[in-house]
Amino acid sequence: MLETAQKTSPEPLRRMPALHAENLACRRGGRLVFTGLGFGLEQGEALLLTGRNGSGKSSLLRLLALLTPRLRGSLTWTGIEVTEQPDAWRQALAWLGHTDAVKSDLTVRESLSGAQILRKGKPDSLDHALSRFDLTTIADRPGRFLSAGQRRRAALARVMLSGAPIWLLDEPASGLDEPSRAALHFTLREHMKSGGLAVISTHGDIHIPNAHPIDLGDFAPSVDALAEEWA
Amino acid sequence: MSRFHHLVARDLLMVWRRPGDVLLVLAFFLLAASLFPLGVGPEPLVLKRIGPGVLWVAALFAAMLSLDRLFADDLGDGSLEHLALAPLPLELTALAKCLAHWLTGGLPLTLMSPALGLLFGLDASQIAVLAVSLFIGTPSLSLLGGLGAALTIGARRGGALMALLVLPLAVPVLIFGVTAVESVTADEGSRHALVLLAAFFLVALASTPWAMAAALRQAVE
Repeated sequence: MLETAQKTSPEPLRRMPALHAENLACRRGGRLVFTGLGFGLEQGEALLLTGRNGSGKSSLLRLLALLTPRLRGSLTWTGIEVTEQPDAWRQALAWLGHTDAVKSDLTVRESLSGAQILRKGKPDSLDHALSRFDLTTIADRPGRFLSAGQRRRAALARVMLSGAPIWLLDEPASGLDEPSRAALHFTLREHMKSGGLAVISTHGDIHIPNAHPIDLGDFAPSVDALAEEWA
Repeated sequence: MSRFHHLVARDLLMVWRRPGDVLLVLAFFLLAASLFPLGVGPEPLVLKRIGPGVLWVAALFAAMLSLDRLFADDLGDGSLEHLALAPLPLELTALAKCLAHWLTGGLPLTLMSPALGLLFGLDASQIAVLAVSLFIGTPSLSLLGGLGAALTIGARRGGALMALLVLPLAVPVLIFGVTAVESVTADEGSRHALVLLAAFFLVALASTPWAMAAALRQAVE
């Protein structure tokens, strides 16, 4: 679906970055979280979201995934507004949220292969992803016996398996030990070297090349914006 | 459709790993139904008269028992976000979960019902119609229950709230189900009631998935 979209509109591809956001605003629970946020990402680039707790890092990620409706603004992928082709957009995404979505009654292997079936990820790469995050020995253990860090690693392996061009990661390094953090960085570099994009919320524990930092605090609504909101 | 099948199989596997939930439902059905003869006395005519209604009400309550975790577990561990982002429409995802719920709830109840029918002294023809009516009626209960579970997913004490939401909607199922069993001996037979039960199921099948998907989208927002 995306390929046909690219063929029909080659023009915006050249002028605009692959992923382009403009004037995004988000409201959560009646509160304006951020406003006027924009960025552009080319293939192989990453956006690092920083900012204090509650500044809207997770909200932005949820907004990008279309889980939360946006208040205003535009988000285009290869020149096409993503809400016009939501299915193709979701197919292009890999998601890592606060929670790891590892089922307590299923083994790691079952959880991951299930995710592959659901979104038609890369075939036959399950063992590769398991060994990357050192999960091979615990692959047949039910999720409820895993530690928080192990569950995080399983969730990261699922992102790697997805084969999606755009990764949305909410604090991927939280709870990880040093070797796992290195595996995460290696995987991110590999993903970006192959032309992938990533939007990552972080508290300063992610260091990758071609990363554009963006502080959500800079987009906190001003008094004027809040007044406009009430008007 | 392989994704749909996968979701059903996944839920069945999880129930298989933790069979307590299903056994609880069946034990409740058995216990609730067998308390009535103790409560109203062993008069065979009375038991035969109230049997169909008691069994249907017990099945209705039993079907409610396992519903509160239908979507709550997926919301709690973050799987619901992934399901919402998956290429399979959320309507079909919800339907798959309801199917798995019926296979592990309504179907075993249906299979168990003839034994309980004997307990109440029902005729062979009544027992047969009871099983058929449960077979046609319990899928509607799973769909209505799925709707209740999706609507109350984030609520505290969601189970009680869900029962309040679902039980009034399930009244037609109860009425047609009981009517089917009671009218076996009447002239018109139980065909009409069974057809109405099936019609109710089709309406629920056509309408509840959209509502469930909308409620689930609201929940992951």
